[in-house]
Amino acid sequence: MAYSKRFDGRDWEETRPIEAKVGVIPRADGSAMFKIGNTVALAAVYGPRDLHPKFLQNPQRGILRCNYNMMPFSGHGERVRPGGSRRSRELSMVIEKSLLPVLDLSEYPNAVVDVFIELPQTDAGTRCAGITAAAMALADAGLIMKDLVSAVAIGKVDDKVLVDLTYDEEAYDGPKADIPVAMTPNSGKITLLQMDGEITKKELKKALEMAKKVCSQIYEIQKKALKEKFKLQ
Amino acid sequence: MSDSLKIKDRDIVVPGETLAVGMGYLPGRGTYRDGDKLLAGMLGMVSVEGKVVKLISLSGKYIPKFNDRVIGTVIDVLMTGWRLDIGSAYSAVLNLKDATSEFIERGSDLTKIFDLGDNLMTQITNVTSQKLVDVTMKGPGLRKLRGGRIIEVNPHKVPRIIGKEGSMVSMIKQATGCNILVGQNGRVWLEGEADKEVIAVNAIRKIEEEAHHAGLTDRMKVYLEKVSGVKIMDKGEQQNGVQ
Repeated sequence: MAYSKRFDGRDWEETRPIEAKVGVIPRADGSAMFKIGNTVALAAVYGPRDLHPKFLQNPQRGILRCNYNMMPFSGHGERVRPGGSRRSRELSMVIEKSLLPVLDLSEYPNAVVDVFIELPQTDAGTRCAGITAAAMALADAGLIMKDLVSAVAIGKVDDKVLVDLTYDEEAYDGPKADIPVAMTPNSGKITLLQMDGEITKKELKKALEMAKKVCSQIYEIQKKALKEKFKLQ
Repeated sequence: MSDSLKIKDRDIVVPGETLAVGMGYLPGRGTYRDGDKLLAGMLGMVSVEGKVVKLISLSGKYIPKFNDRVIGTVIDVLMTGWRLDIGSAYSAVLNLKDATSEFIERGSDLTKIFDLGDNLMTQITNVTSQKLVDVTMKGPGLRKLRGGRIIEVNPHKVPRIIGKEGSMVSMIKQATGCNILVGQNGRVWLEGEADKEVIAVNAIRKIEEEAHHAGLTDRMKVYLEKVSGVKIMDKGEQQNGVQ
């Protein structure tokens, strides 16, 4: 049976309902929440602060350290074992590299900026939600940034290219692909591009076009959330 | 001719937002140029001064600057001085010779002068490119802070807490009778009667919250007169002899 209508009745190019809030963690130097459908990401930024162990220090510029963590009760059915896993290590690294191009840490030699991304509830698209929340949290922390980063997953289910997959769509029994994309919305550069599955060249080009469009929608939400925190009453 | 501002003065902007188009505008602090566009390089409030567009930062940690007066806490006792936490990514070193003019015998116990946990009002004398910070205690008003309490505020709001020529902080002093010292690193030391200290802390928190509103001084005056019951006099009135 072909995939002719999305499980949750959305349009092909429509994201799940999005909510964003900045400054959700009072003790952090910067923080943000990003919710897309049933996926919730919380990001907290600490620093720039002293970095230990000392051999990690870079005298040229500060370093960025990301930590991605799915909470035990967050997933679909199975409990996620707490603590790091092979998957969370990879995602931490991937998120770090997608955020680094917009940051300028040369003002903070030997220091570290820690980003903690926690996912209390997940329904696919966690790395994208994490990146989007982390970008807002970094801006909230007053760091020097060229641009924000917005991210969304584009996928293919059967022969349809669609935006922001849910877990059910990711688990579809048939030809499928899942492509998380992170972009700098103003300069239109891609900072993260991964793919799982199979897709044709033509479809991939279409997917990237869609990603660009959706990222600028997400950017508007990020912008609004950031301004909301600092606006004059 | 095609130069145009895309935002208004005192707007809040996010990183990457276009501030102005055209070469007629010059990039100030926190902004950068990309082609003929002027973009925001951080989250902040826009300040347009003639042709220069700059950003005033609203959040983030304290970055040590030369000549800043900061309140530090002793976190380590070294061979010839003390290491202080100044609420930033980098700690500061207070050398023995910058701490006291008394004669200290070689090998004597430095904790007799300043011990771990002591709070000191200091001034930054040097910041290297590697962000090694030196501070001194030689200067007017630089001393060990005994008693009172220390609160932490957003370091970017400190100029508002001090006010123009110290107007805001002297208003709070007048209303509460507290001694107040404000460090550029966002630490504020207060000492006075317990209930008056609370009034002062609440006032400072209120300033921090409303830091970017216009006419804050006047509103704080009304607020302070209400909560403390003390009539606050302007500088001019004070000089006219009404004590």
